[in-house]
Amino acid sequence: MKTLRLSVLASKPIRLLPGGLALAFLLVFFFYPLGAILGLSFAEGLAGFWAVLRDDYTWRVLGFSAAQAALSTLLTLLVGLPGAYVFARYHFPGREVLRAVAGVPFVMPTVVVAAALGALLGPRGLINLGLQALFDLPQPPLRIPNGLGLVLLAHTFYNYTVVLRMVGGFWANLDPRLEQAAALLGASRWRAIREVTLPLLAPAIGAAALLIFIFTFTSFGVVMILGGPRMATLEVVIYRQTAQLLRLDLAATLALLQAGCTLLLSLIYTRLAARSAIPLDRLPRTAVARRPQGVAQHLLVGANVLVILVLLATPLVALVVRSLLGPEGLSLGYYLALGENRSNSAFFVAPLTALSNSLRIASATAIIALLVGIPAAYLLGNAPCKQPRSWCGAIFNLIDALFMLPLGTSAVTLGLGYLVALSTPQLAGLRSWPWLIPLAHSLVALPFVIRALLPTLRGLNPRLAEAAALLGASPWRTWLWIELPLIMPAIITGAVFAFTVSLGEFGASLLLVRPDAPTLPVMIFRLLGQPGAINYGQALAMSSILMLTTAVSFIALERIRPPGAEM
Amino acid sequence: MKRLIALLTLTLLLTACGQSAATPTPVPSATAAAYPAASDAPTSIPAYPVATDAPTSVPAYPVATDAPASAGQTLVIMTHDSFSVSEEVLAAFTAQTGILVQVLKAGDAGTVLNQAILSKNAPLADLLFGVDNTFLSRALEADIFLSYDSPALAAIPAELRLDASNRLLPVDYGYVTINYDTATLESAGLTPPTSLEDLTKPEWRGKLVVEDPSTSSPGLAFLLATISHFGEEGDYTWKEYWRDLRANEVFVSSGWSDAYYTQFSGSSGAGAYPLVVSYATSPAAEVYFSEGALSAPPTGNLLVPGGSFRQIEFVGILKGTQHEDLARQFVDFMLSETFQADIPLQMFVYPALPSAPQPEVFTQFAEVPSQPAGLTPEQIEAGREIWLSEWMEIVLR
Repeated sequence: MKTLRLSVLASKPIRLLPGGLALAFLLVFFFYPLGAILGLSFAEGLAGFWAVLRDDYTWRVLGFSAAQAALSTLLTLLVGLPGAYVFARYHFPGREVLRAVAGVPFVMPTVVVAAALGALLGPRGLINLGLQALFDLPQPPLRIPNGLGLVLLAHTFYNYTVVLRMVGGFWANLDPRLEQAAALLGASRWRAIREVTLPLLAPAIGAAALLIFIFTFTSFGVVMILGGPRMATLEVVIYRQTAQLLRLDLAATLALLQAGCTLLLSLIYTRLAARSAIPLDRLPRTAVARRPQGVAQHLLVGANVLVILVLLATPLVALVVRSLLGPEGLSLGYYLALGENRSNSAFFVAPLTALSNSLRIASATAIIALLVGIPAAYLLGNAPCKQPRSWCGAIFNLIDALFMLPLGTSAVTLGLGYLVALSTPQLAGLRSWPWLIPLAHSLVALPFVIRALLPTLRGLNPRLAEAAALLGASPWRTWLWIELPLIMPAIITGAVFAFTVSLGEFGASLLLVRPDAPTLPVMIFRLLGQPGAINYGQALAMSSILMLTTAVSFIALERIRPPGAEM
Repeated sequence: MKRLIALLTLTLLLTACGQSAATPTPVPSATAAAYPAASDAPTSIPAYPVATDAPTSVPAYPVATDAPASAGQTLVIMTHDSFSVSEEVLAAFTAQTGILVQVLKAGDAGTVLNQAILSKNAPLADLLFGVDNTFLSRALEADIFLSYDSPALAAIPAELRLDASNRLLPVDYGYVTINYDTATLESAGLTPPTSLEDLTKPEWRGKLVVEDPSTSSPGLAFLLATISHFGEEGDYTWKEYWRDLRANEVFVSSGWSDAYYTQFSGSSGAGAYPLVVSYATSPAAEVYFSEGALSAPPTGNLLVPGGSFRQIEFVGILKGTQHEDLARQFVDFMLSETFQADIPLQMFVYPALPSAPQPEVFTQFAEVPSQPAGLTPEQIEAGREIWLSEWMEIVLR
């Protein structure tokens, strides 16, 4: 079975070409700029490097970064896995909308999330005002202090969707009869889950956990704003060293440390994941999901819907409500104001323009990420190694981990890397290349595409493709009609995340100097940079537009169907 | 098959969207940042002219016939996100000189300067606006600017001209100071503090929000004000002051937006703290941006002795520019009355040119602190790293 894997991808060298190109992409657009900034940072020697490594503070920050990331990952899995199960196994009204809503937090700028939490839980937030009115209290009863609790809550808020989609998407095509067979053989429900379902899900759960860990390990805005400045991840310290002090050597050392941890963790994961895949027949989602029956199932579905509504939707709703509350009560005033150039500024940007900038960059990002990510996933999923434990297997594990690296690399450092790499007279013209931002975004999106695809690719039952080949189908035809429909849900999951990463990302677009083509998040930041009711109101209105755009895009993306597929 | 066709169509559509990022798209009037006069321009404007390349753009408006050889050339200015100017004012410059202006906004003031320093072998722009006095020394040391003795400097007060070599020329200034929430203080029966020391007293416990100076420019400005006021030597230095502030539960926020909108009770965000480190023009901005709802500001300036810091913003011509002569024309323009009079309502800071008229909202509500902190750019650059790490040690760890 090992030797006769997917027909199109029989291990001829030529089949490795697309994957090789994907690797070349990583070298050119990631390692080259990274090398440029590291080279410049250490041009004057390694004194700063050793100083950072000898400083206790570095290791305390590293410890905190890792600990809060581990806690965040664990908490997100605990909250998210039941949700993934419910979305995979049950049909219920509003399911698609809820799944889209669950993904909205992922694109929200942290300043806005902080404002949303303020609008909901702050001393004059909706809940406190409501409680005060209800019980006639003189003081706001609820006060949520910044700190680790809020950081963990926010990380769960942001990453819930990763579990829902990465694990839920995989789970939705898993044959429930395996579990039923175990039950028939006398296994308890818990034992069937533990010994049958969980092992089958392990690659997908691991993928989600790895992504969440790296994402929160390099967390910046959430830790800085909601944790308060007393908390610092490596990324926060890198930003401080760079922006205020321009101590590139110190920043680069910390960035290397951060990337090193990411690489190590990814290596451990890829080693485990490559061994844990089990080829399976996958069922269409229509055959797997059903309506909940009985009290227990209704309760389970209801509880998870409640989690999404309370944890994810209420802060977002508070934001929308706040954006509709003008000085004289309910109005669309702030939305209408977005369309007027009130101060006659030469830099006025209409909301539709910012929206189209955002969508254009996000679509380009999704396309690049898929064009690079799919071949990369095939390369990794069908490594031409006879033994996974050989040097060949080790090399492919390393390549896999390298593809994860952009997610764990400091955005501040990489942004400066692009600047330095492109600041030679020969390459300077490329700095205003419009594809530069989608390219930078797609680096961060790639890990999501690859992680979404790999568990599915490794779990494909090769006999399906073999049967098609026996019946005379050409390799290309087999891929298009047999394999593509089977991996399509994973491709869509990857595309959704690539799109989302770009839609919410403002770091790279701020770091790469560009002529004025601001996206929605950039506009939100500009509005929040000036005092005054109308600026605040417009920022919230713009955030609501961003949320709506995200939700609608998700629903639209999920409607893409491959030929002949029933997902 | 139908689905296949639908999928292909969709992919093509998406690709087309993606490609429109590559091909210059028609710039609607909104993004005409680079082209002030182009609000009704045809669609042939290249969206992304390259800074160092010979401009390929064709002026989309009638060029003044008496414009010299500079006509139709593009001048690129890099600046921070808060930079703003009226459409008419930029248009006036273009009409006068025939020069097109393109603006690259590249993050906050510190980030912009860092980018300019790191790209000095192939400059991103012809001019940089937005170096302030806290970064002046670093900018001069990096040696990225050309000196220009603009004739317009004669009208600018000497106290603003901090660079004797005229590589960086002052354009505007503003004051970082503490704002208070009038309504909250009144309802709590508190009168605003009258000194920085008052803020360490029990009645002001848990009432003040400051920004982290290692991540925020008003935060740094306020720290510098306290360093200047309390000094570095003696029994009670700035360090003791900050220890006391910490003991009095000062709230440290990472940036101005969070501090002002999420934590400060006087803003629309309605936070919990009635005092915040902001700008002396913020109360005026609250009135201006209230859409006529307010006739008096909801907030006030706490102009206590030593509690304010003056930020002066400078413009400089970047070394390596191919358009030094055009850049000089733009510097002169920035110091002219047309541009200077536009500054207050666009950026909520004061024009460097004293004769530039100020709007009513400024004369009414924007107060000028009497004795702002007196640190020189050299002192700031020399002290910055150590002060920041000491501050973090005292307040954060």
